[in-house]
Formats: sequence, C-alpha cells, structure tokens
Amino acid sequence: MSFSAHVSPRLITQRVEASVIIDRDKCIGCGICVQVCPMGILALDHEGKAYMKYDECWYCTPCQTDCPVDAVRVHLPYLIR
Amino acid sequence: MQTRIYETDVLIVGGGTAGTMAAIKAKQENPGLHVLVLDKADIRRSGAIAMGMDGLNNAVIPGKATPEEYTLEITEANDGIIDQRAVYRQAVECYDIVRELDSWGVDFEKDEKGDYRVYRVHRKGRYVLPMPKASDLKLILAKKVKQMKAQAINRVMATRLLTRGNQAIGALGLDVITGDFVIVKAKAVVLTAGAAGRMGLTDSGYLYSTYENPANSGDGFAMAYHAGAELTGIECYQINPTMKDYNGPACAYVAGPFGAYTANYRGERVTGCDYWSGELIMTMWKLANQGQWPLFLKMTHLDEASIAKIESILHSNERPSRDCFHQGRGKNYRNDMVELHFSEVGLCSGHSAAGVLVNHEAETSMAGLYAAGDMACVPHQYLLGALTFGKIAGVNAARFAASQPGYEPDPAQIEAERERMFRPLQNPDGVPHHQVEYKIRRIVTQYLMPPKTMTKLEIGLERILHFRRVDLNLLGARDPHELGRALEVHSIVDCAEMMARASMFRKESRWGFYHYFLDYPERDDKNWLKRVVVRKGKNGKMEVYTKEVPPYILFPHLESESVGGGELLS
Repeated sequence: MSFSAHVSPRLITQRVEASVIIDRDKCIGCGICVQVCPMGILALDHEGKAYMKYDECWYCTPCQTDCPVDAVRVHLPYLIR
Repeated sequence: MQTRIYETDVLIVGGGTAGTMAAIKAKQENPGLHVLVLDKADIRRSGAIAMGMDGLNNAVIPGKATPEEYTLEITEANDGIIDQRAVYRQAVECYDIVRELDSWGVDFEKDEKGDYRVYRVHRKGRYVLPMPKASDLKLILAKKVKQMKAQAINRVMATRLLTRGNQAIGALGLDVITGDFVIVKAKAVVLTAGAAGRMGLTDSGYLYSTYENPANSGDGFAMAYHAGAELTGIECYQINPTMKDYNGPACAYVAGPFGAYTANYRGERVTGCDYWSGELIMTMWKLANQGQWPLFLKMTHLDEASIAKIESILHSNERPSRDCFHQGRGKNYRNDMVELHFSEVGLCSGHSAAGVLVNHEAETSMAGLYAAGDMACVPHQYLLGALTFGKIAGVNAARFAASQPGYEPDPAQIEAERERMFRPLQNPDGVPHHQVEYKIRRIVTQYLMPPKTMTKLEIGLERILHFRRVDLNLLGARDPHELGRALEVHSIVDCAEMMARASMFRKESRWGFYHYFLDYPERDDKNWLKRVVVRKGKNGKMEVYTKEVPPYILFPHLESESVGGGELLS
C-alpha cells in the first residue's frame, strides 16, 4: 500500500475468516498443499509453514487429502456453512 | 520477472481431463514429438474435477446401449442443434476409453460377471457408469502424462494465442507465482481450458462457491475469441440444479438409481426425469414461480444399506466436503431431504452446449487449433466426452504438427499482450480483483439471466461495454497471483459480451430455460434450427451470424411427445 502526503490510503484491509487451517506443529513445509490447490490460495510463510493467503477457496480438499502428515483441515467458508 | 521462451510441437492449454488425455494421445501417436501442457494450477488436481468423479454419465457400453440411440437422445436433449457426427463419434469411441482407464487403475462398478454396470438417468438409454472410488482420477492421468514423457509446466496461465493469419502458432502466458512472461512457439495448439464457470453470482454470496471449479473462468473461450476462432451455442447457457448454498450437484445421478428422486416439500415426486437439461430447469423455474418451492432431493425413504452406499460414494468423490456441509447444518439423508436451488449461470458444453465450434475431428475454424472438453461445443459431453475428444484432439494435433515447419511469432502480438497483461500490476492501489469481478457478475446475473428480454439484454450489453472501457482499467494487482485473477476478470467480460450478443441474435426460445426469450417465447425451427456463431471480426468488433447445422447422419423418430427433434424431418 502506498501513502501520499495529500490523501489517505486508497485501499483498506478487512478481516476475513480463513477456511483452510494448518496445524503448524505437524506441517513439515513440503509445499504439496500449495502445489495442488487449484486456486493457488495457499503459501509458505517465513518459517516455511503453509497458510491460507487468499480468500478464494473452493473447499475441494486436495490440500487436505494430499498432505503427507495430515496437517491440513478444510472448513467450509463462512457463507457456505 | 523474466521472459521465458519455449518451443514445442504440440502445445496443450489446460491440463484438466481433456488436456491430459490429449497429451497422452499426442505422444502415443508420435513419440518423437515434443508435447507441452500449460496449466494455471497443477495437473495433478486441476480442471473441472480436482477430486475425481463419482461416475461417467454417458458411457455407451456395447450390449447395454448403442451409439445410434445415444446420438438421437442427445439430438433431442439439445433441441436439434447438434453435429451428429461429433456426438456419434464420441459414442462409438468412448468404450475404448473406458477400458483404457480401467487398465490404468480407474475403478468402475461391475456385475458378478465382470461386466460394466450402467444405470438410466437420461430419458431413454442407460449410460450412467459409476466410478465409486475414482477420487484419484486426475492423479492417474497426471502420472500417465509423465510416463509418456510429455512436459507439464504448472502455474502458467495462458492468456492469448499467437496467430499467423487463420492459424494458431503458439500462446502467451503468465507464471502466476513468479510473474514471468511466457512465450510458447508451437506447431499445433489444443485448447482444453475448461468452462466459463464464474459468470453469475452464487446463491451463497461467496464469490468462489460456483458449481464449476472457479479456476475455470472462461480463459479458453476468450483466447479462442481473440484469436479469431468461431464459437457457438453461447446463448445456450449452463444452469444446473444444485444443493442450496453448497452449490455442488445434488447428485440425482448417483442417488437416482437407488430410488432417490426430486420432490416437493411434501415429499412428492415432481420431475419425471432428472437428466440435466434446459427442460428440467424450466420445470423447476415454473414451480418456483408458482410458489411450489423449494424442491428437494429425497432419500429419506431408502433403506440403510442404500443410504450408506450413497454416502460412501458422495463423501469421497468429486465434492468430499459436502459431508461437512450437511453435518454443519445438522442434516442427514436418513431424516432430511436435501434442499435444491439453481446454480449460477455459466458456459459449459459438458452439461450444455456453449463452446468453440469444433467438428468430429476436434478441429476448430482455425488451422492448427483444436479444442476439447468443457470449452468445445460437443453438447452434453460430460467427463467421458472430454476424455474422448481430448484423445481425438491430441492425435490430430500431433499429425498436423508433424507436417508443419514452425513459424516465428509476430513481435507486435507479443508486445501488445505484454502491455495488457502487466497493466494491473502497475496499478497496485487500483480496485481489487474481487470487487471488480463481483460487479461484472452482478451485471450478468441481473441482465443476462433467463427469462431474457430484449430490454434487459440491451441494458446488459451497454453495461458490459461500459465496464470494458472503464472498470477493466481500474483493476489493480499487487502480486502475480492477483494479476492472474485480474486477467480472469478480462475473460469473464469477454464471455459476458458474447452471452449478451448471441442471446439477442437468436430471436426465438430454445433449450428450455437456457434461452427462454420473452420477446420470442416460441421455438421456431423454420427460421432458427441453426447455429448462432460468434467471432471477432477483422475490425476487432464482435460479429454474430448463423451457420447451418451439419447434415444429420441419423434421423429422430417422429414422436408426438418428443422433446423437440420430432419435428426435424418435416
């Protein structure tokens, strides 16, 4: 986000509930979930652990199914539940 | 961000079911060729069916059904606007595909004798072949692509085709992770980029709870259009009966053979046949407008063994999270009927008819360009059609590529696309893609949805053209991922304009609810038993015109109660 001396920020951030939750104690940072997500919404953080980066989930579950250490849980996005 | 350049013999755009099969068959046809698959996701879990599929809906198994019977059934189901040679070819060649998948480890339901077991969901024939444990179908296909030594590049989203006159000679794309600009020179191109599934707003309000995998955003339709290829059947939308809010299929195809049916709130059966068509949606829409709504999928009368079997299939395949959905609302098939609703509108030949115009060889109107799967107009083709026509497209693309010298792309095309592609990234404080997407999908939902009227369509078109001039230029993106999503909005706008213009052009009603046009409420075979074709004209403007339906090879029987088709002989 860029700031100007003359106007307030042109973008604001709103909180959104994440539907994909990763158990960071189990996550080994292999990146399989990041690779297989059809919408490309997962990423590895600065410690190499997976997290949901973009609110664009189809709750299709390959991330959960293909995780080798059972660290990923797909919940339905709030509006679907 | 760099520029990466690839050269290949056969380029396949989209590694879903049709694309992976095209790659496998192109290599089988000519192992000496280089075959490259681009996918904006990952071919292990991309396309329409990340988690496999619970069955094939249109398997023509010898001894159970005939290609003639199937072709006539689809001729009627699509109200006569069909290339029978293409549908017939799918029906003839699909059995070999089933057996091949079987040999690769895909699990099909069989009887005691080991014969494939098929069920009736269509009006007449038995074509539904369950695949109870096929959640790994895409993994199997991806492994086969690797075995055949075809190259797959994941996370590259193709955005435009490279052309030389009326010939496809490659594609341009974006690496949605690194932001690299990708140039692919190819001797033949197969477009298998899927449906346009993000056209209308969803009933849940969540932008990505679409019936289709939301990665299928109509990029293939847009690429074909901008290259100058003909598209057809665009006014024949896809609207499916789905589970309310969850927006996945209620799965009458899975539960129907066990005795489930579509019911009103009293549990009484309301549809004679649950085969998905514009007629079924019209029946549902009329009931909704008579206050007889909602409808439900009823399974409460089934025995425990049947319900357990249905659950074991539905909760492990295609949309495994439906289990969480029911649990979260405290619903159970034993005690509760499943509330239904209409899916959002989209374009998809898999269930309906919209797509790039192809013949029985998967050839488009452009040399060196083939199309297959949900974005190629072979009506009602479903998963097995994507596999069968993926094969046909792959084989023919390999043969064409072997005859070609390979051409250098036009630098002007490359630079024009580079400029268009990266514009949102130069505007990081621009309007985020999800807001811009919401607005174009709102326009589609409010003005292009049936029942169509000329007034609504005219306003809709005006809004779309304004959106193209103004809103697309407001789009902002902060990273390559967001840039990919922003470019998908461009595809949605292209598809929306095609939907408006094709709908306004066909001055009759056809395909039940899909093209229910109140200004012209009757079906008019005398003037409109024709294809409506959309193409980008030489001046860059959208052209719409008609083409005759290819000559029939089989003629429907005259039946007073047939759903169309019966009149065709007169």
